[in-house]
Amino acid sequence: MRSEDLTSERSHGGPIGGAVIELRSVSRTFGTNSVLRDLLIGESGCGKSVMLKLIMGMMEPSSGEISWYGRSLKSRREEEVHRDRLSFGYLFQSAALFDSLTVFENIAFGLRQNTRMSELQITHIVHDRLRDVGLPTSASSKKPAELSGGMKKRVGLARALALSPEIVLYDEPTTGLDPIMTDIINELILRTRERQPVTSIVVTHEMATVRKVADRVVMLYPLTRLRHDEPQIVFEGTAEEAFHSPDPRVSQFVHGQARERLQELAAA
Amino acid sequence: MASVPLIKPRETPIHLLGQLIVNAIVALGDLALFAQSVARSMLSGLPRSSVMTQSFYEVGVCSIPVVMVTGLFIGMVLAVQGYDQFHFMRMESKLGAAINASLVRELGPTLAAVMLAGRVGSSMAAELGTMRVTEQIDALRALGANPIQYLVVPRFLACFLLIPLLTAVADAIGILGGWLIGTQVMGISSFYWWLHSRQFIAIYDVNCGLMKSFFFGAAIAVISCHQGFHCGAGAEGVGRASTQSFVQSFVAILILDFFLGMFQSSLYYVLWPDPVSLF
Repeated sequence: MRSEDLTSERSHGGPIGGAVIELRSVSRTFGTNSVLRDLLIGESGCGKSVMLKLIMGMMEPSSGEISWYGRSLKSRREEEVHRDRLSFGYLFQSAALFDSLTVFENIAFGLRQNTRMSELQITHIVHDRLRDVGLPTSASSKKPAELSGGMKKRVGLARALALSPEIVLYDEPTTGLDPIMTDIINELILRTRERQPVTSIVVTHEMATVRKVADRVVMLYPLTRLRHDEPQIVFEGTAEEAFHSPDPRVSQFVHGQARERLQELAAA
Repeated sequence: MASVPLIKPRETPIHLLGQLIVNAIVALGDLALFAQSVARSMLSGLPRSSVMTQSFYEVGVCSIPVVMVTGLFIGMVLAVQGYDQFHFMRMESKLGAAINASLVRELGPTLAAVMLAGRVGSSMAAELGTMRVTEQIDALRALGANPIQYLVVPRFLACFLLIPLLTAVADAIGILGGWLIGTQVMGISSFYWWLHSRQFIAIYDVNCGLMKSFFFGAAIAVISCHQGFHCGAGAEGVGRASTQSFVQSFVAILILDFFLGMFQSSLYYVLWPDPVSLF
């Protein structure tokens, strides 16, 4: 999977003009040779989640290219994109469970939609996935509104894994969770790879997640803080290297230091 | 790459009017493209029957009470309002014909559609809008489903097929309400009430009203789902989508009603050059 010099624009408000999200010179290859856990870190609004949606083919880059298995998304037919997208699992930031469906129906959704499995087979898989994420099968009849934040994330993970994807994308999987639940989710990400050979791409702000989960760390920097010719990826390496990086932009982020930002806020 | 407006709009009334027209054309084009993608998705296959049943139940069965109440009161109000005018001309016995004709041709379909735009359309826009802002529509896509096919097609078919049936219910209950007030309260003869109704109203009139409601149903579904799919962020965005869906559906119903009414009248005079007169 490869993304090359992406530029994505998203306008809000009217048909003309509006705010823009842009990723500049983001060239990255994920999961070509080995099954790895790539962590994508960076400040809010720098385009991490947009990057995941671009990778999934859920947003079209206005320039640049996304390739799956060596073939550009642009050269694929729509049905082909739909089919190949099933190689991906996606855990949404808000879990994005379907409100009107039960936990069971949420997890079974992809199986019912894309396979000809019998209900018995689907039930087995759903119960297996629930066990994998540490939820009792009795939770399967609950509606998402009855679940806590951590349970929603775990059901979201179970749903993302139901179709046995080769690549799992996690969009801020631990945001808004308490430290214990954060660790549980981190453990689940680790266990997922132990159970099946998946490449994981995790977008996160949590340094605990970076320390625990990452094989490789990629840091995106906000475009507004870069010169026109600077690439948006400012760091690429292991978690340990990230924490000892001499680059002030990286060390400021990983150590959570406000520094000059307070003055900037006051000036604004 | 940042998109920059090519021309900075100047704040004169002419420029504002121009901007308004451009925005309206862009919005209309967007709506047409959305309708096209709904038609394409519908041709490529229908969602599972359980998904369709749920939409049909919510649009059809759950709307019956509100449509019955609407129809009943339209009929009763027409009887109360019309009685004095017809009594003044000593034509009370023909009041039923006038009420029933206006109900089946115009008021039944239009007011039922307006009520359904409020009940069904706003609810669809709010539901789809909430799904959009909570990333559920993205989740559908991630799980290999086509959101238009899964979410819009069942709602479109439910509105397109069931709103005419609900209109027929509104017509029937409205006729009953008019008859109830006209004959039981105002004392008009029931025999003449139905006799004049039969003479003046043809099956063509009933079909005209029902035909309109197919268009109204399609317009409500496309506009409401489009608003839901393109709603802005947060609770404010969902609220605005819901309001806009009702306002736009209402305007669309009135505009469609005018043009369909003109077309149907012209067609009537082509088919039957000597129309039946009430007088």
